[in-house]
Amino acid sequence: MIITRKHLRTMTAAVAGVAALGMAATAQAKVEGDTIILGAAISLTGKYATNGVHAQKGYDFAVDKINETGGVTVDGKSYKLKVVYYDDESTPARGAELAERLINQDGVKFMLGPYSSGLTKAIAPVTEKYKIPMVEAEGASRSLFTQGYKYMFAVLSTSEQYLASAIELAAEVAEKQGKKASDVTIAMAFENDPFSLDVRAGVVDDAEKFGMKIVVDDKLPRDLSDMTSTLTKVKALKPDLLVISGHSKGAATAARQIQELKIDVPMVAMTHCEAADITAKFGAGPTEGILCPTQWSETLAYKDDLMGTAAQYNSDFQKAYPEYSTVPYQTAMASMAVQVWADAFERANSFDTELLRDALADTEMQTFAGSVKFSEAGNNIAKPMVLRQIQDGEYLVVAPTKWAAAELRYPRQPEY
Amino acid sequence: MIDNLLLLTQVPILGVDLVIQGLFIGAIFALVAYGLALVWGVMNVKNLAQGDMVILGGYISYQATLWGYHPIVALPVAIVVMFMLGWLIYAVIIRRVVDRDMFTSLLATFGLSLLIQQILNLIYGPEVKVADAGFGDFELGTFIVIQNVRLYSLLMAAALALAIVIFMKKSRMGQAIRATAQDARAARVLGIDTDQVYAFTYALNAAICGAAGVLVAMIWVIQPYYGIVYSIRAFIIVTAAGLGNLPGVILTGFGLGVWENVAGFVFGAEFAVAAVVLMLVAVLMYRLVQLYRVRQVVR
Amino acid sequence: MTSSASLDLKLYGVLIAVAVLVPLFAPNYIQTVAVMWLMILMAMTWDITGGQMGYNSLGNVVFFGIGMYASAIVQISQFSDVADYTASFGAIVVDFTPGQYFTGLGLGLAAGGIAAAIFALLIGPAMLGLRGPYFAIGTLGLAIAVAELVSGWEYVGGGGGISMPVYPGPPAAGPFTFYILLGLLTLAAHLFVRWLYSTQFGLAINAIRDDEDKAEAMGIHTNRYKTIAWAVAAFFMGVGGAIFGNMSGFIEPLEVAFPTTTFGIFMVAMALLGGKGTLWGPVLGAVLFHIVKQVTWTYLLGWQWVALGAIIIINIVYFQQGILGWAQDKWPEAFGLTVDRGGAARPAAGEAAE
Repeated sequence: MIITRKHLRTMTAAVAGVAALGMAATAQAKVEGDTIILGAAISLTGKYATNGVHAQKGYDFAVDKINETGGVTVDGKSYKLKVVYYDDESTPARGAELAERLINQDGVKFMLGPYSSGLTKAIAPVTEKYKIPMVEAEGASRSLFTQGYKYMFAVLSTSEQYLASAIELAAEVAEKQGKKASDVTIAMAFENDPFSLDVRAGVVDDAEKFGMKIVVDDKLPRDLSDMTSTLTKVKALKPDLLVISGHSKGAATAARQIQELKIDVPMVAMTHCEAADITAKFGAGPTEGILCPTQWSETLAYKDDLMGTAAQYNSDFQKAYPEYSTVPYQTAMASMAVQVWADAFERANSFDTELLRDALADTEMQTFAGSVKFSEAGNNIAKPMVLRQIQDGEYLVVAPTKWAAAELRYPRQPEY
Repeated sequence: MIDNLLLLTQVPILGVDLVIQGLFIGAIFALVAYGLALVWGVMNVKNLAQGDMVILGGYISYQATLWGYHPIVALPVAIVVMFMLGWLIYAVIIRRVVDRDMFTSLLATFGLSLLIQQILNLIYGPEVKVADAGFGDFELGTFIVIQNVRLYSLLMAAALALAIVIFMKKSRMGQAIRATAQDARAARVLGIDTDQVYAFTYALNAAICGAAGVLVAMIWVIQPYYGIVYSIRAFIIVTAAGLGNLPGVILTGFGLGVWENVAGFVFGAEFAVAAVVLMLVAVLMYRLVQLYRVRQVVR
Repeated sequence: MTSSASLDLKLYGVLIAVAVLVPLFAPNYIQTVAVMWLMILMAMTWDITGGQMGYNSLGNVVFFGIGMYASAIVQISQFSDVADYTASFGAIVVDFTPGQYFTGLGLGLAAGGIAAAIFALLIGPAMLGLRGPYFAIGTLGLAIAVAELVSGWEYVGGGGGISMPVYPGPPAAGPFTFYILLGLLTLAAHLFVRWLYSTQFGLAINAIRDDEDKAEAMGIHTNRYKTIAWAVAAFFMGVGGAIFGNMSGFIEPLEVAFPTTTFGIFMVAMALLGGKGTLWGPVLGAVLFHIVKQVTWTYLLGWQWVALGAIIIINIVYFQQGILGWAQDKWPEAFGLTVDRGGAARPAAGEAAE
């Protein structure tokens, strides 16, 4: 009986672990020998695990890259980086507990962020309390930056910018067609979780600014696998713009059911297209013309010494992790966070958390994924959010105009 | 909510669409609940791993697409594989908790549910997967689009349910299962190997779940943690319909699918789940009130 | 009874010793042990209805969440309108003086317990009319429904959650405070429950477990007893939820306040693991469960849930009466003077279940 044997083995391991728990009370040091230990609670299981794993690979890729190219030099000595991970199971309570454990039990002094705003919201009070600097790459909720946190730095653009650019684009298009921006009608479907609700708040603010009318405003349940009732409403009301956000599963479900119900809204924007890999899952035809906001695109003209250009990062990462057909921005952001840490270590030239915090606050650098400069509140104000459109199965930047690699195709012409 | 009701009166065809789509969802729920009603009724096991077995079936069809086969090929495969797996699970775990206090089976299958989820997660990763059947669709009138795959699923679910009903009525094993469900001790006295019957019942349920899972993967999306969605629906359906009421289970399944879809439309998607479970509580309360009435009459 | 009481005293001594020694010698484990107190509280209060009264609830976590939200509303409305606060996405931040904070916290904890107990009193008469599996599924449905309703309730931020007031004072003091609060609450709950079981009330709910119809025929107001027992469990769960919410700092409905498929099931698993229907079984079960969980989470990263699933199955398949029940079967003489006598007064869990 294989299963029973496995049970026994886990039992043995558990018993051994109990014994070890008693003895291994001594905490790990923040720097061990020539290795700097960074800590992260990340969602390896649970509902955010898809993106949690994207982020973890981004951290790992940057750490490997930095270690290969000689590591980080502090006070004349060269150090390697290493990340200690715990699985927060996508639950905030667990995340907070693990942050305490990383700091208290494992003695970690330098933190990387978890995945999702909810988890970051749970962990930030802990790191703040212990005055442990954290560079995070996956918590974009703007509510994170109104709390006066001093030890949290976010390399990504805040969440209210995610789909707001789609609203602006819709207004532009309406004016180009001789209509008023205020005639635009919007249907919204957002998952009922902290991140998506923040994206929603950004959309609502912008819609109000233009005087647009919101005709559908549904919040999707978290274990969502069917959004027929929302899309039926959309079909009946024929809005000009449909915006959707619900992490990877929301994107996958929406892409599938938009196709199935033959939704013919001229403009559709949703988050997490790349993370859910909707073009590979459903083909180029049905996903044609969907707008996807992204923190990063490999076509952007940024570069740095470590990773090279954005395009080079893209191909190097795919070489290291061949299972990725497109590199999700979650991964690029995570790599960027590690680079920010490395830069801060070298500038602070010390392992003192206060000096490091100040060094982080003074960060002004360019990376393959965009510039980094933190506001007082800790969010990155130097990096733009771009909007890509799926055109014949390719993600091409269409807005803002400065970065546009292709013309916007309007209205979208999917083949269902 | 008023807006939505107004919309429904202005465009009544919407209501038809909602009901049709709800029926498709309901067909799957009914199938899963039917299996649960079987193990619950026959062996008094509350199988909390029900939904995870569905998802497991879904991954079998996903695996078929990885190997380059059409997902529908996985339907017979899933039925056979899940049947054997069900038998194995019975032999290793369920045999020891059957006939025990209800919580024992509930918790043992909760542990099983964790195991299945996590093993799937370790093999396939946590990402959402689909198995596209590519059966096309047709339009009903100008508004309603019907996916052929949903229609086929409905027919397959119906055929499967019918096959099981006939099996239960006609075959020796089916009769033995019904006899055991009525009175296990008496069945044993009459020479029925109830252990065999239990094993078969549990395996049959696993096979039903596997088949439902293949349909789920073709229609919706699967993810290692989605089992709970189907488990909860199945429990609600069986509890609301009442044990030993198999036609009731199927009807309730359809009803639940429609109600969830309509409630999601009218109250907003965020209240769809609440509407479903509140309906369950309402049904239970209604029965209780009836029971009190009966008791008062007796007094 | 004297030796049983002296054993109880010893066990209380052990618990208090642990509670005192952890902050002194292993201050890093404060958070972990604080969660362990909560686990004990959950298993123990579940056992009031589950083990002693035979009403196996799958939805007791609903009281935990209600307590948490009640305290959040009370604490926040001290300084701001709750709807404004949640709608601002955390833009409203208030620096409390310790006095203000602790007044709010005290009121919040009381509100948490009272709100949960009132909720139990309101729904109790209806829900407790259900029997066996219908009660279990009905309570599970109730917990899910309340969780979904709260996540659709804009006033408390819906699915977006609420940031709780920040603990004033030095950073290490926060966890320590909540550690003490949870420890005291758990101890108080255990003493209370122990006293409760020794009264007529205990006999009455045991009678309900053994045969409810007979109990009713003998003149016990079963509905009243059942509702009150559930409300007692609800009160402690509510206060526990209120403390845990403040400890977490950020609460939201589905994963922190109403975690039906984790805490909700864990509390049942822990009570069964230790042995339900006994005074110390749930405590033992919770401690072991928590240790195993922590250890697997630390040493079997990625496999921790697999291990947990396997452990639950092994536990259920091989130790069906829980560890106490199993040990009692195995070494009756070692328990002869203490647990057996208790067992004679009220049948052990395994028997009652059949």
